[in-house]
Parts: sequence; structure tokens; C-alpha cells
Amino acid sequence: MNYTMDFSVIADSMPQLLAGCAGTIGLALAGMVLAIAIGIGGVVLRDSPFAVVRWLVIAFVEAIRNTPFLVQIYFIFFALPLIGLKISPTPTAIIALGINGGAYAIEIIRGGVQSIPKGQVEAGLALGLHRGEVFRFIVLRPALRAIFPSLVSQFVLLTLTTSVASAVSAYELTSVAQRIESDTFRSFEVYGSVTVLYLAMSWLLMRGFAALSARAFAYPTK
Amino acid sequence: MESHADTASQPMIVMEAVEKSYGAFKALTNINLTVRQGERIVLCGPSGSGKSTLIRCINHLERYESGKIIVDGIHLGDDMRTVDAVRREVGMVFQSFNLFPHMTVLQNCILAPMRVRGIVRAEAEGIARALLDRVKILDQADKYPAQLSGGQQQRVAIARALCMQPRVMLFDEPTSALDPEMVKEVLDTMIGLAEDGMTMICVTHEMGFARQVADRVIFMARGEIVEQAPPEEFFRNPKNERTRAFLGEILHH
Repeated sequence: MNYTMDFSVIADSMPQLLAGCAGTIGLALAGMVLAIAIGIGGVVLRDSPFAVVRWLVIAFVEAIRNTPFLVQIYFIFFALPLIGLKISPTPTAIIALGINGGAYAIEIIRGGVQSIPKGQVEAGLALGLHRGEVFRFIVLRPALRAIFPSLVSQFVLLTLTTSVASAVSAYELTSVAQRIESDTFRSFEVYGSVTVLYLAMSWLLMRGFAALSARAFAYPTK
Repeated sequence: MESHADTASQPMIVMEAVEKSYGAFKALTNINLTVRQGERIVLCGPSGSGKSTLIRCINHLERYESGKIIVDGIHLGDDMRTVDAVRREVGMVFQSFNLFPHMTVLQNCILAPMRVRGIVRAEAEGIARALLDRVKILDQADKYPAQLSGGQQQRVAIARALCMQPRVMLFDEPTSALDPEMVKEVLDTMIGLAEDGMTMICVTHEMGFARQVADRVIFMARGEIVEQAPPEEFFRNPKNERTRAFLGEILHH
């Protein structure tokens, strides 16, 4: 072993690495917003009075959860243009992350909704609220509170999965790292530093969600 | 609603030949019941006799299959329009309180008035505070349900229902989940409501309450109304064998 460490490469490329981090965080946050929207929308549609709608949601969840993310993102990036839907790398990554995270979020949030006692819904209906209002004002927040830890793990996973978006050359930390590595051949220093940066981002994300949870779900329960 | 202008003689609730089953189980059989405006009714009977199902049909938490239910002149069907109209007029209090845990007492009380009745926040809060005062719990307005005792929670639930200014109140075993020392505060609240002339149907085994406020006590068994009479007569001289057996069970313990 006669590899000599030289971390000056990292110092020199720190601006690019941090910009890559910003790209990663941007992709992750946008993906999460889309995933939450798909998750909540999917849960509502999953209980639609129309069987076709329910089946479509189930089919979507099964298709996404049982196929590789890399194939999903390739499909959007390489296959869709052939039928006239051309999407550039960053939006492709956001859509793929949102769809993938959304499929998992549907199942997670649905578990939370099912944990809410039936009496809560009945109390809302008896007060004259419609089903949609009951879901929005009465069921949703306690349901999200119940499953929040699972949702956070899923979102940490989503954040790490942004690295796969380098495969369609979206701008994020891993693609930046690949470029620096191929310019400098400093594989150990580059991927070592990137590992630390991902760890730091995951940690920040969990702190952020803990703070959010403390604000949104602070109400006492027994 | 045009029906309000009618005379006081119009019945508040009419049930005619109402039937309901769960699969092969017949939950309600040929229910005929007319409730006058301001009348206080206590519904009792063994568990599984259909008393909860009966009152839950009145605000359409349960669908009835045949017969007819008319509430304050509104013929309750399966369509959203009549269901909405009826639910606006009918308040309900549940055995398990069912307060919304993520909202303060005050927020619990103003949600439906703002959403369903379209009342602005300031006015809804004014109404809510007045009613919380009436159930003697105004000092807890900014607390969350989990911070209150069972009795306090149930009084909030009563205030919350009253905030919709209902014409009828349904009580589904409101004291059954309470520790004994909290039963009285809830019953006192219900007695106050009865004295103010609210039309009430109470599913309860509190026979003291029935004696004190009921105009009529109805006994149900196996989905049927078996016997009904003013409380005095009901307790002194029950006619049906099943009523006697039931009263024997609950009064001699």
C-alpha cells in the first residue's frame, strides 16, 4: 500500500462539494413535498367509492415498491422522451424521488389513518362535517403524528437515494464527487469526504424533522 | 329551514316502521316512535338491544333500510342534502367523548360552527365560551382533552355539540365510560339542559336520571321497543316480563 493521502484536493474543491450538497438537499426537499402530496392524495383515493380508483392506487403502490429506483428514473429519463415527454435531469430526479417516496408514503400514512379511532370520524360527521373535512381537520394530524418516525426514516432514505440521480446527471453531491474524482483520481479522499457530508445531511434532516414534530405534534396525549 | 316556522305541535322526530339489519342480524325491527318538541326520552335495555343503533339512525351514522325517519320536518334519506340538514339540527354525545386530541377545548368547540354553519371565528368563540361557561368548564378552554378528567371531557363534548345550536340532542351512554365520582357532574349538566327545554333522547342506565327528568322511558330488547311509559309508571308497574327482568337486574345491585 503506497497510496499517500492528500486532502488538499478536498479543500480546493470544497465550494463545488458544498454546492453539490445544496443540490442534494434541494432534490430531497422537492422530492419529499411531492411524496407527501402523493402519499396523502393516495390515501384519500385508496378509499374512493370507485373500485377502479382504488385498484389504480394499489397497482401504483405495488409497481413502484417492487421495482428498482434506478429503473424508474431511467424510465422517466430515457423512455418517456420516446413518447414525446422530454424532461431534463433535475425535474426527472424530483419526479422519480417523489413518485418512489410517495408510494411508500401511501402505505405508511394509511397505517396512521387506520390507527385513528372510528369515534373521531363519527364525532366529526355528527357535527355536520363532510368526509373530506373530517379527514383534513380531524384525522390527518393525529394520523401523521402516529406514523411520523416511519415517515422520517423513509425520507432519510429518500435523501440518500438522491445519489442515484447522478445516473441521469442531475446536479447533486454524488455527481459532483464523480467529477472531482475523475479529475484528480483522489478516490479515497473524495468518497470519504462525501460519506461524511451525507452523514451530516442525514443528521441535519433528522434534527429538522424533530423540530417540526415538536411544533406540529406537541399536543398532549395519554 | 321552513319547517321551523311551524307550530310547536309538530313532532321533532318521527320514526315509522324503521328496520335495520347487519347481515343476518336484525338490529331494529319495526321501530315506531314520535318525539315531541321539548320531550325528554330515556332509552334503556340490555346490551345489543338496538338502543344505540336506534339513535345513530336518527343522525344517519347508521343507514336504516326501510321505514321512514323525519327530523324537524326533514325526511332523512341517503342523499347528502337531507343528511346534512338533519345533522345540523341534531347534536350527539358519545360514550367515549370523542374530543379531538390535537385541538384545545375551544378549538374543538368552534370547528363545526365555523365550517358547517359558516360563523366567523370571533362569533364562534363567543358562543363557545358562553356554552363552556354553562357546563362550568370555561377555565379549561385552552387546555387539550388529554389534560382533562373524563367528566370534564364529557362536559366539553356536550358544549361542543351545543355550539352547533341543535334542536335535538342524542346521548349514547354518556356516563358509561366515567369513573363513578364523575357521573354526577355530567348528569347535572344533562339535567340543566333538560330543564331548559332541549329535546333529548338519552341511552343510559342511570335510572335516577330517568326518574328525575324523563317524560318517557322506553325499554328495548332484541331490536324492538318492548314497553314505554312515564318513569313513575315504568318503574312502579312494568308490564312486560322482559322489562321486569331487566329492571330487576339493574336496580337491585
